[in-house]
Amino acid sequence: MSASSRLALFCALVWLSLLVLIAGAVRPATAQDLGPVQALLQDNRQLIEESSRRSIGPAIDALGSSGLDRAPVFLEAWQARSVYQRDADGLFFIGSEADGTNLALDVDTGESVGEITRDGFTQLRPNGGIRSMIGAALVQFQLQDPDPDRRRGALQAIARDAEASHLTALRGSIESEEDPAIRAAKERLERVLTITFDPDETARINAIDGFSGDIGLDVRATLNPLVLTRSEVVPGGEPPATRNVARVLEPGSDSLTIDEAYDQLVAARLAPAMVSTEDIRAALIANISDGSVGEFAVADLDTDEARLAAYQALAAQGIVPSSPTEQEIADALATHTFFESYAERSSAVTDAANATLQSIEFNLIANRSLDFTLDAVSLASIYFLAAIGLAITFGVMGVINMAHGEFIMLGAYTGYVVQLFVPDYTLSIIIALPLAFAITFAAGVAMERLIIRWLYHRPLETLLATFGISIALQQLAKNIFGTQARPFTAPDWLDGAFVLNDVVAISYIRIAIFVLALIFLAIFLFVMNKTRLGLEVRAVTQNPRMAASMGINPDKINMLTFGFGSGIAGIAGIAIGLFGQVTTELGQQYIVQSFMTVVVGGVGNIFGTLAGATMIGGLQKGIEWLNPSNTLAAQTYMILFIILFIQFRPRGIIALRGRAADM
Amino acid sequence: MSKKPFMMTRRGALGLLATTALPFTPLRALAQGEPIKIGILHSLSGTMAISETTLKDTMLMLIEQQNAKGGVLGRPLEAVVVDPASDWPLFAEKARELISVEGVDVMFGCWTSVSRKSVLPVIEELNGLLFYPVQYEGEESSKNVFYTGAAPNQQAIPATDYFLEELGVEKFALLGTDYVYPRTTNNILESYLQSKGIAADDIFVNYTPFGHSDWSSIVADVVALGADGQKVGVISTINGDANIGFYRELAAAGISADDIPVVAFSVGEEELSGLDTSNLVGHLAAWNYFQSADAPINDEFVAAWKAFAGDSRVTNDPMEAHYIGFNMWVQAVEQAGTTDVDAVRDAMYGQTVPNLTGGTAEMLPNHHLTKPVLIGEIRGDGQFDIISQTEEVPGDAWTDYLPESAVLASDWPGLGCGMYNTETSTCVQLESNY
Amino acid sequence: MMERTFLARNPSVLIFIALLALFTLAVTVLSEGLGTGFVSTAMVKTLGMTLCFCLIAIAMDLVWGYCGILSLGHFAFFGLGGYMIGMWLMYARTEDIVIASLAGADLPPTEQEIVDAIGTQIFGVVGSSEFPWVWAFADSLLIQLVLVVAVPGLLALVFGWLAFRSRVTGVYLSILTQAMTLALALYLFQNDSGLRGNNGLSGLQNIPGMADTPQSVLSVWFLWASAVALGLGYMFAAWVVSGKFGSVIRGIRDDEARVRFLGYPVEAYKLFVFTITAVMAGIGGALYYPQAGIINPAEVAPIASIYLAVWVAIGGRGRLYGAVIGAAFVSLLSTWFTGGRVPDVDLGFYTIEWVSWWQVALGVSFVLVTLFAPRGIGGLFDLFINRRTPDRHGADLGPDTGSLREKEAET
Repeated sequence: MSASSRLALFCALVWLSLLVLIAGAVRPATAQDLGPVQALLQDNRQLIEESSRRSIGPAIDALGSSGLDRAPVFLEAWQARSVYQRDADGLFFIGSEADGTNLALDVDTGESVGEITRDGFTQLRPNGGIRSMIGAALVQFQLQDPDPDRRRGALQAIARDAEASHLTALRGSIESEEDPAIRAAKERLERVLTITFDPDETARINAIDGFSGDIGLDVRATLNPLVLTRSEVVPGGEPPATRNVARVLEPGSDSLTIDEAYDQLVAARLAPAMVSTEDIRAALIANISDGSVGEFAVADLDTDEARLAAYQALAAQGIVPSSPTEQEIADALATHTFFESYAERSSAVTDAANATLQSIEFNLIANRSLDFTLDAVSLASIYFLAAIGLAITFGVMGVINMAHGEFIMLGAYTGYVVQLFVPDYTLSIIIALPLAFAITFAAGVAMERLIIRWLYHRPLETLLATFGISIALQQLAKNIFGTQARPFTAPDWLDGAFVLNDVVAISYIRIAIFVLALIFLAIFLFVMNKTRLGLEVRAVTQNPRMAASMGINPDKINMLTFGFGSGIAGIAGIAIGLFGQVTTELGQQYIVQSFMTVVVGGVGNIFGTLAGATMIGGLQKGIEWLNPSNTLAAQTYMILFIILFIQFRPRGIIALRGRAADM
Repeated sequence: MSKKPFMMTRRGALGLLATTALPFTPLRALAQGEPIKIGILHSLSGTMAISETTLKDTMLMLIEQQNAKGGVLGRPLEAVVVDPASDWPLFAEKARELISVEGVDVMFGCWTSVSRKSVLPVIEELNGLLFYPVQYEGEESSKNVFYTGAAPNQQAIPATDYFLEELGVEKFALLGTDYVYPRTTNNILESYLQSKGIAADDIFVNYTPFGHSDWSSIVADVVALGADGQKVGVISTINGDANIGFYRELAAAGISADDIPVVAFSVGEEELSGLDTSNLVGHLAAWNYFQSADAPINDEFVAAWKAFAGDSRVTNDPMEAHYIGFNMWVQAVEQAGTTDVDAVRDAMYGQTVPNLTGGTAEMLPNHHLTKPVLIGEIRGDGQFDIISQTEEVPGDAWTDYLPESAVLASDWPGLGCGMYNTETSTCVQLESNY
Repeated sequence: MMERTFLARNPSVLIFIALLALFTLAVTVLSEGLGTGFVSTAMVKTLGMTLCFCLIAIAMDLVWGYCGILSLGHFAFFGLGGYMIGMWLMYARTEDIVIASLAGADLPPTEQEIVDAIGTQIFGVVGSSEFPWVWAFADSLLIQLVLVVAVPGLLALVFGWLAFRSRVTGVYLSILTQAMTLALALYLFQNDSGLRGNNGLSGLQNIPGMADTPQSVLSVWFLWASAVALGLGYMFAAWVVSGKFGSVIRGIRDDEARVRFLGYPVEAYKLFVFTITAVMAGIGGALYYPQAGIINPAEVAPIASIYLAVWVAIGGRGRLYGAVIGAAFVSLLSTWFTGGRVPDVDLGFYTIEWVSWWQVALGVSFVLVTLFAPRGIGGLFDLFINRRTPDRHGADLGPDTGSLREKEAET
């Protein structure tokens, strides 16, 4: 070592010690001055600052197992993102927001030490993964907490991120649990954890048997991993005795083709690999010399056959490995055993799990079908709601109103505007429903007065004129509200879903739409069959001249009918806006489908529309069920089916007969 | 058809704008001479209008700011705004008009991939220059385009890593709207996840049409994925309005971010303004920029934007991309001393501009930027809590996770090729795939 | 002999062809590629595309204005024509690129390798590399050209046969045709359909083997091709509607039942008109999309076909020149208004920006035309030619007020 390098080393050492000194000086308080929690935090400071799920484990464990009274308080604050770190000295504080100021509380004493400012402090933002780990660590403190919400939270935390230690803690907390609902949840969770964590085999089997027929997601999520198998291959004729074998596979059978089996052998390095065209290409390129490979000119190697021949020539010379022949493959397969084995060692447990899963399977299928039916009914009710206004204007009056979709949109925007002024969601809906009816009723009446009445004998031109209205209204809405979706929020009591079990659930908003559709059906039937207006509408539809001579004013009746149909579209808009999105394109999405609903069902009959909606909704869900990864395909095939259907039943499912059919 | 009178009017209008701005700008920096024309090719009508109109306004603000600073090369900047009306063939038509009729020196524009693909042949034919500001599916590197949005390795891959490592997700639902960006991104992700040891059976892919609203069965399918005891996560490339129905159904089904986290690549501040976010708190989005980024330069930008466009407006990722792209172009023009496309392109490589989130963006030889990747959790007020921010990641034009494109590289100044096959050492093509 | 009588009976055909030729020549002389450069290449392309719109408008007029079938799905055929030619354009152009790039490889490529590389290039965008079956003939220009006519024609034939056979008429048929084009659009939107989903086929303006021909020249060639197609289409349509055949289809429009009772096979007539117009639309599309440069499923969305009806109605249906005028007028006006070049109207309290109000104006004007001017712009010609309506004392001549009733009554 030369003198100069020694000097350099010395300097470096001096610098290093200086750095250490400075680092020490920056830290104002030594471990003795700090409270126990703060000291623990400072020990793990680096991990906490790094804040990654992969490395944070020791820090959380240290706090959780410290036995300090204030540790759970800190953990909870950390989980809730109200822990701050002071930039100057790296100390941690719990933030406590009150009256617009955010006070910094000491982690050990809980006393305020000042205010948290934006530039002096950094907020700790644990991500979802860390928060769930903190939740798991907090479980031991929260399971017996007097606050039932916390106990429920602890159960959720276990369900999300279960550990073996939770089982003991959970068992210990059941005795003292007084809330019957929480107690039931605890007992169920205890049984679920027993399956995974209990060392006693009999206890596990009993727990598994106890869940027979239970379609709960937690049960399936616990049982399915138990019966998870993996494919293995060993030389010889028998699977090893140490494995819990699920089944032995015969190469060449349906569950294991020859190719798959051989690939498995290659993957396990028990047989030489097949040579692919890609390998051949690479080998040939590697062996090009002077424009030829062996005896083959490179320019001729432009077919797979020529390449294979050239490769085989190389293989014959032993330059490249030759591909195994069929005989070699067959021999290799014959001398090995292919089987599937469980990761779970105990065959009694896997047998029990399989039996229970089989009992679940049947219930599961039944419940899935029920859920599917609910979905289809719900979709049908949405289509019905969108189409019911059309069933009046198109079905009863025979007027093609291409702007019907825009009336739906108008209703949805009415809801949005009302919410701007009435912040209470429930109240705003109550106001919006009649208001939307009134607005679209007025729009419908205006349109009938100004445009449609001049075109009653020219139905095709009605179509075009109302299309003009449609694009004008849509662009107007864009100009007024912008093209971005507008928020239109359902009240709290419509939030959430009716949950029958883990498979069957339907959101309240969909139930509400279903009920609304039924109400409209009832209103429609009542108005048409039981009121004077309905009588006059039917009279005018069937024979306007005769109706006029009986003292009915057909103009007025037409106007009111059209307004009524449009008004219903407005209310449908409220429902659709609550369920989907309020945009200017909203009407367009439903217009073609609505027309098809009415046409498929049979014009002039509300039950036809109902049948049409049911058929379209059911069909679409049915195709989705068959091909769940492509929703677009479902819509395409549904429309194709409808086109074909109309060819064979041009008058729809419920065809009117007699004079009304000539309308 | 006479076009001249209307061009005059447009110039007149801009002149008017300049005069009204006069009293507020210091007189020292008034640029002289023939204006440099900047084409703005964003849809102002049709379905894409809302997203793109914001970007047009951003460009107008940036140009106004630059003019206040004295323009570029001592010449004022003039914006030429056209409306391709969300109609893809019209993008090509308008781009041709901008370059050959208006004679713009550079264009900022496009949002959807298909609009970019429509413009590509035109600008490559006429040697134009386009700055494209939106995150996209990659697999492209045109000589005439600078991509200031994220490539998949700057958004999708890091977000997936976050799912794998930080949230411990073992089973993935890739939900997307049926168009090219989700298709290609999901393709890359499927291949990436399998390379990370996720079985093909544990990846559920679903495509829905634009504006889809009937989400109940899809959400039920996602929930059912949890039946084999693995943690499920959703990677969403659902576009635009359809997100509203999707998140509503998620909320209705009572799925919290703790149970099934959702990370979205197309949901930003602008999209959330159409939603009540109280039910979505905790769900994630991955971008290269969030308005809530804590940096002085961002505070300035947000303040300038609110002053320009209104208090209720928010900033978002593509706006930052335009900010970076525009400033880089200005620097490159100043360095080249001319607005000539070839000279500016040569000067672009290696230009650096500070990111709004801290750090710097550098223009790479493959026409992509270095960008930090941010993961944000949705807050109740429609903004994002940034919970993870990486170092700058260099954008990769050709993804390494698809076998066909793993062998491709792009290096314009070095290799003079945007689609270079490293295996055969040949340039596959100089023009782009359309 | 026959030809002379036909032209003699239809002087408007000669006038139209002359005007069309004059227009095309004028644009050529003024174009950038072959002339003075007064008209930009972008404008030449726009004009060429407008001519294609005129062609499909004539088809629409034939099927709606003359035969009374309000088809709201003719853009489906237009789009299919575009897709058919687009497949060859993409395939052939990519093939050139691939062969050039593989020429430098160590081993000469096998045919399969070339096809695979083309597939990767074309479908890499949508995350695939396999050629779907619909591309089976994409390498042959001749077959794809046949498909340009055959695919729309066959679709129309099958659809029309089903629909007319079961007597679906009037608004039902309109809704059904709309459903057809919606189904086609949704199908094409799917990536699984093999036509690149939402991205569609792009780069179509680059004609394979003509890389050295600048777009300024190509655009003029396409203008000529479109003009020739339009001229032929116009002559054909005029010929179809002028003879006895024309009388029958007009009869079907005005009273289908009566024509049927007279012993005419109404369904066969309708099927012929529906199919032949679909073929015309397909040819229009095949010429349109190489000029537009990109075709994607949005082009066949139902709204496009409704706009087609709008053009014909505004131009004046039941007269071929009306359809041409309507398509040219409305689509050029549309281009102009969305171009952002129209000065805003300052009302003092509000400024009307045409970009956002043009659609409103279009919608309202459409209502007004339907209500007050069912003859459309073409009706103005009636005034010039002074075709005065004789006083029939309130009796109606036929159900369709939009048509050339008096003139048709004479023939």
